[in-house]
Amino acid sequence: MRVFWALWKREVASAFQTPMAWIVLFFLLLVTGFIFYSGVTVLNHGPTEVTVVESFFNTIFFWFAFLLLFPLLTMRLFAEEYRSGTVEPLMTAPVWDVQVVLAKFFGVLFLYTVLWLPTGLYFLIFWWQTRLQAAGAVGAYFGAYFLLLLMGSFYLALGCLCSSLTRHQITAAMMTFCLVALFFFTGLLSFLTGQIGGLMRGVTITFSPIDQMTEFSRGLFDTRPIIWYLVMTGLCLFLTLQSFQSRRWRR
Amino acid sequence: MHTGRPLATFEDSRDFMIFVKGLTKSYGTAAAIRNLSFSVERGEIVGFLGPNGAGKSTTMRILCGYLPADSGEVTIAGFDIFSQSIRARSRIGYLPENVPLYPEMRVVEYLGYRASLKGVPSRRVPEKVDDALELCGLVHVQRQIIGTLSKGYRQRVGLADALVNEPDILILDEPTIGLDPNQIREVRSLIKRLAARHTILLSSHILSEVEMTCSRLLILNRGRIVATGTPAELRERSGISLAGAIRLEISVKDGVAVQEILGRLPGVSSVTPLGSAEGWASYEILPEAGDPRTVLFEEVVRRGWKLRELSARESTLEDVFTSIVGSSSGSSPDSRKENLS
Repeated sequence: MRVFWALWKREVASAFQTPMAWIVLFFLLLVTGFIFYSGVTVLNHGPTEVTVVESFFNTIFFWFAFLLLFPLLTMRLFAEEYRSGTVEPLMTAPVWDVQVVLAKFFGVLFLYTVLWLPTGLYFLIFWWQTRLQAAGAVGAYFGAYFLLLLMGSFYLALGCLCSSLTRHQITAAMMTFCLVALFFFTGLLSFLTGQIGGLMRGVTITFSPIDQMTEFSRGLFDTRPIIWYLVMTGLCLFLTLQSFQSRRWRR
Repeated sequence: MHTGRPLATFEDSRDFMIFVKGLTKSYGTAAAIRNLSFSVERGEIVGFLGPNGAGKSTTMRILCGYLPADSGEVTIAGFDIFSQSIRARSRIGYLPENVPLYPEMRVVEYLGYRASLKGVPSRRVPEKVDDALELCGLVHVQRQIIGTLSKGYRQRVGLADALVNEPDILILDEPTIGLDPNQIREVRSLIKRLAARHTILLSSHILSEVEMTCSRLLILNRGRIVATGTPAELRERSGISLAGAIRLEISVKDGVAVQEILGRLPGVSSVTPLGSAEGWASYEILPEAGDPRTVLFEEVVRRGWKLRELSARESTLEDVFTSIVGSSSGSSPDSRKENLS
């Protein structure tokens, strides 16, 4: 456990010692600030059917920023260790492979969580200025942020897997982006198949972050996506471990 | 051609700090090391010597548990590196070739991180880090970011990392490569000081270096051990105790056939003029057997020539190395194939 904490601390520290985390944070706040501003502006022009929280988490800009986040956060994790050769001192220390994989995953998950925290300020400001709830109920905040965390852990695990496959950060970033986008856009099929209904919709809705966010940001918890994301996170981490161990057999 | 101490049996493997038996590793079809067997006792400084591509780094990586071997057995302080990898690895301090480090960390942070990874208890980490900083002369750069350090300091950080948890065994891959002569001297004396507490296996292709630091040498060529022994033993075994060249510098009157006169002397095999300047001519004389220096001196005195130099070059490790490596690659019947692969 001590080894895990040492690894985890280094992951988090190195993210903030390099400019990447700050750049991502800057742009994320820029985009979400804009989204919040436009959401409030819409509200100023008359009554709407959705709350501020619902509209905040479901604009096209939000999803755009969201999708770009994962390649940026995960691309360096393993690829950089391979490229710079630091994996050699790392893995000749008495450290289990699984500790390294988990430390990297939880390190980047922590970073991801920290990135979203400042967005909570928007809703605090909203409440402070208007004395109105930004969401339908308190559960809606939890719902939205909980889903963000769930989706984040799956997509970050996917990013870990991609990064563990290559020594080039760019390749890892592109693979991650394609896979994350693949899952995301498969979810969009649920809008097309809406009329057909039945099985197809049942399948695609599992992938659909937009549908899920619509529900969760109203405070509705659906266990199916929760299980789906947890299982997929576990699967991706398992595959990452396999890929990380395979470095011994390749050259 | 495996020479040196007889192979230890399986039962003694735990008496050695490093015990390697029948180790084989290939990358694809190219064999990197073949059927390698050797052992290192507690307190020894063993030099791993060989031309580039001989398999030194590959062997060291296997010893540290970074690469798996195709076959063979490696025991580190009594622990099998494959089945008891974590326990074996905690006994080793490894300095990889080129010393990869995290450029964004500070020296003291990095060493603290490495000490925790290697299982040093939290309370003792600062103390161990201080010791390592002190020992490697890093105290004044401890707050510096690693990315800004020079090559010599990076090397020392790597060395400090290797010994921060005071492991039994240090495995150092090319510890002085890329350093300037002053730094080389410093690192060398550091290694000698470390020998009191650690068993050391270090690789190099600089002969003078291993000759100065190591108590025993393993010469590796094309993935095989071609000779082992102390530097003196190796010199003796190669059978060229006198490397051959005797140098003679004399001044004679014009028209004297020095080459012929000296060539007729007993014990002299050949005389080669090396050139002359300002009336002094020098010759290289190869002995037939024994040492013909006294005979040469008497002849020079009898003829009344002026003598300025009469010296025999003792064989250096370099001659030994060249003769051993040269003969081992020539004699191997499949050497042509290896060259192609």
